[in-house]
Amino acid sequence: MAFPLTVKNLTVAYQKKPVLEDISFRVPEGKLIGIIGPNGAGKSTLIKAILELIPSITGKVEIFGDSYKNTRKRVGYVPQRESVDWDFPTDALDVVMMGRYGHLGWFKRPDKKDKEYALECLDQVGMSKYVHRQISQLSGGQQQRVFLARALAQDAQLYFMDEPFVGVDAATEKAIIALLIKLKSQGKTVLVVHHDLNTVKEYFDWIMLLNVKLVGIGPTEELFTRDYLQKTYGGSLTMLDSNTSPIIVSPR
Amino acid sequence: MNWLSLFSDPNTQWILMGSMLLGLCSGVIGSFAYLRKQSLMGDALSHAALPGVCLAYMVTGTKSIFFFLIGAIIAGILATVAIGYITRNSRIKQDSALGIILTVFFGVGIVLLTQIQHSSSGNQSGLDKFLFGHAASMIKLDVYTIAGISAVLVALCFLFFKEFKLLSFDPGFAKGIGLPTILLDQFMMLLIVTAVVIGIQAVGVVLMAALLITPAVAARYWTEKLHVMVILSGLFGAFSGFAGTLVSSMVNNLPTGPLIVLSATVLFIISVLVAPNRGVLAKTRLRFSVKNEHKLFTNKQVKEKSL
Repeated sequence: MAFPLTVKNLTVAYQKKPVLEDISFRVPEGKLIGIIGPNGAGKSTLIKAILELIPSITGKVEIFGDSYKNTRKRVGYVPQRESVDWDFPTDALDVVMMGRYGHLGWFKRPDKKDKEYALECLDQVGMSKYVHRQISQLSGGQQQRVFLARALAQDAQLYFMDEPFVGVDAATEKAIIALLIKLKSQGKTVLVVHHDLNTVKEYFDWIMLLNVKLVGIGPTEELFTRDYLQKTYGGSLTMLDSNTSPIIVSPR
Repeated sequence: MNWLSLFSDPNTQWILMGSMLLGLCSGVIGSFAYLRKQSLMGDALSHAALPGVCLAYMVTGTKSIFFFLIGAIIAGILATVAIGYITRNSRIKQDSALGIILTVFFGVGIVLLTQIQHSSSGNQSGLDKFLFGHAASMIKLDVYTIAGISAVLVALCFLFFKEFKLLSFDPGFAKGIGLPTILLDQFMMLLIVTAVVIGIQAVGVVLMAALLITPAVAARYWTEKLHVMVILSGLFGAFSGFAGTLVSSMVNNLPTGPLIVLSATVLFIISVLVAPNRGVLAKTRLRFSVKNEHKLFTNKQVKEKSL
């Protein structure tokens, strides 16, 4: 069986200095994977390079053993919330419908089935009360849920999420994590850029440690250790207690 | 001249028709330009069209919309490429790059225009009207061309509505699901340039950007739905074209362009003031009612406490 995601020797550079250097890894199916690393480690860049949103210098990406071009419909993407202007004249349902566009093809309008699907996705993120709310009238957490619902509407097997937990309230964070666990139980693979080291152990069964180079990828209990984290964050990490449950003060 | 005779004159009817269709299509296309935060791009493209149009006239010696379109498209492509190049390869930001390119192209255009005026055939060319527009100079064939091209532009916006919407709201996501965003981007530029070119005669290059953007901004005040906004913007544009042309044909020698733009601006001001929810009046009223309710509420509480 082909792996959901295989990356070989991926290097990305905006200027002379690479942002990502020679990244190679494989992701097994049905895992919830946190991408962790300091600011400027290239976490978002990694996702964008895999999705060909930015050009990479070298490297090969395979999704389900094929090129991304042929597997687009099996991939869902949740960009950072700040990447769009929320004062756009549209409502929550309409944004979620955009998740269906990839399945529609040129010129075709979404039909009743697509609408029902989108409504179901909104329901899954607990947003059925706000279906026709203009998107600028939603709170940050609700906007994030709309983005998640749009990714659900893509009906994918492999998901990339860029900092879905940033700037959301506790209720939304709970709703998101419940959804991620549900996706995992359906055998889907989810990669999440994550910042809060305190919740890593609780949320993810695999982690990927990244700081320009790949420090390590594997089960959380193996990699979420003082040594690995220090290697990833360098001197910028302070650990208050390095016993069984470390409280970590992570610089944001 | 009185009103009725104006409307019964078939020539005026044609001209009014042309201006309305022009306003309609620029309003529709302008909505997307505005939502993509490319309002200034419309300005740059319309100014850049001037040297292209002048060169097309100098080379062919005829005043045909088709050749003008080719000239304007080439100039428009050069301008956008230059803006893109400057933004990518220097520390100059896009707004400055736009300012530089817009003025350079316009300067070249004015030089060429003056050259044409001084040539023997130039005096009759009427190219000087290209700066501020002169709808009265439109003939039946011009109106046919404008009507045809406008219809095609509006139809294209209808066909690509879904794609344009996604591209305007979230280009990253659009690219992710496999839309050729760069190609679509160029395509939209082409639509804008085309609208500018057919608007040259009636509105002129200087103010064409206003006809692209002002109706869209005004329409945004009235609705939270994209398709409603696009339709409204088209109607606002059509009304501006109609009103501006009408006034200019009643008062002698007033250029049409500024009048059309002024009509659009009046619509814009009305929208800012009285639009529901987003308008100034609605917002003020809401603030007052909230204040009053709050006062009532606190008064009640105070009373209850004192009891």
